Amino acid sequence: MKYTKDHEWLRVEGDLVVVGITEHAATQLGDVVFVELPEPDTMVAEGDEVCVIESVKAASDILAPVDGEIVAVNQKLVDNPGLVNEDPTGTAWFFKMKLDDLGVLDQLMDEDEYQELIG
Amino acid sequence: MADLVETELLLLGLNALHEELGGKMVPFAGYLMPVQYPDGVMKEHLHTRAAAGLFDVSHMGQVILRPKGSMEALKLAFEALMPVDVLGLAEGRQRYGLFTNDQGGILDDLMFTNRGDHLYVVVNAACKAADIAHMTAGMPRVSVEPVTDRALLALQGPGAEAALEALLPGIAAMRFMDHRVVGDIWVSRSGYTGEDGFEISVPDAQAEGFARKLLAQQGVAPIGLGARDSLRLEAGLCLYGHDIDTTISPVEANLTWAIQKARKTGGAREGGFSGAARILRELAEGPERLRVGLRPEGRAPMREGVELFAPDGTPVGRVTSGGFGPSVNAPIAMGYVARAHVTKGTALLGEVRGKRLPVTVCDLPFHPTTYNR
Repeated sequence: MKYTKDHEWLRVEGDLVVVGITEHAATQLGDVVFVELPEPDTMVAEGDEVCVIESVKAASDILAPVDGEIVAVNQKLVDNPGLVNEDPTGTAWFFKMKLDDLGVLDQLMDEDEYQELIG
Repeated sequence: MADLVETELLLLGLNALHEELGGKMVPFAGYLMPVQYPDGVMKEHLHTRAAAGLFDVSHMGQVILRPKGSMEALKLAFEALMPVDVLGLAEGRQRYGLFTNDQGGILDDLMFTNRGDHLYVVVNAACKAADIAHMTAGMPRVSVEPVTDRALLALQGPGAEAALEALLPGIAAMRFMDHRVVGDIWVSRSGYTGEDGFEISVPDAQAEGFARKLLAQQGVAPIGLGARDSLRLEAGLCLYGHDIDTTISPVEANLTWAIQKARKTGGAREGGFSGAARILRELAEGPERLRVGLRPEGRAPMREGVELFAPDGTPVGRVTSGGFGPSVNAPIAMGYVARAHVTKGTALLGEVRGKRLPVTVCDLPFHPTTYNR
């Protein structure tokens, strides 16, 4: 698993990359009550706001962690936003991306580096 | 830098208890306050509606008004600051009040209690310095005495009565908006959640022990500011600085129930308060805009600042408080809408992240209140 400083995790699954938010992020957000997902088959650039996630407290964005194409989204989160709190690193993935080069993932943090970031 | 900012914040007397309970402490109105405990906003909200929630609201301003002349002169002086009947409030009873400015806008909302030879007032934390200055300047024949050595706790929910009765036998006989002095402890049957409950003023030296005894009662859990906000929103109650401010009149705010007959046109003491010209005119003719309840159709919350439009695209108002209502299990909001669009059931659009989404004008509150009337 790889991580961004924006508290997203990325997991390679075949030739795709699955993206979600970390347990730390889910805890900080609090109870998630609304998720808005991007349209599948959308080209995105690193840093683009691609999802909206709202907790009881506030709204936040999820940014595209790398350049690529969003090829699938997790519709389950729209129907059951609370899944983000229940299983953030498992069934509550947000979207799957196709990348030109999986090598860009090497620039991201590994587990140890991420744990150090969140202290 | 972080240290500097933190030392400027005031600490609640119960700060150590909040930290022990796992409270997430955030700056609010100049104080370091628990926004939530480990249960989180959703569970804390639902717990308050199902059992009992204990809130530390010691940041709020407690003030005693003592007459330099007669009590009647004090009550009449207080009436000059508010479109509210002070003279008619019986001893041992509490009432909601609003300080208005000369333009009829709201300076603050408050609770006041007739305690026989003085009045006891509770004002908003962010406004307390200004309120004390306003009362001092506006009532020269009154001694305005800030109470600075007391905590204020709120115990709210269906389990509140039994929990407090265990500590203060006899309080179960109190009705909504009754006030009692029990030894050193001042108890009001009121609150800010829409639930039955109490607000309890306790001397600082006893506050932590009292809070611990309440938390040891069946069903009592500590509740943070986050759930306090979602509870009051579901109850349709205004948050000062958001739903009401110096530009909004009590009539626009749909708070005309707080203006008793005696102060209205034709009443025994009609007018004679700051902003009377506008407020009496709006009572007679209706306000240009009105605070209404709003139910977004989808699941996306419409938060403060969301602009509202008629179906034809005309701007008609703005959301002043909004979010997710845990007991309603849906997004809810309140806001101001131009008078042509205030009827229950009116279809409007709210602009969220560039998209205009359907929202319907509805009655307040969103969740039925359970005051012990």
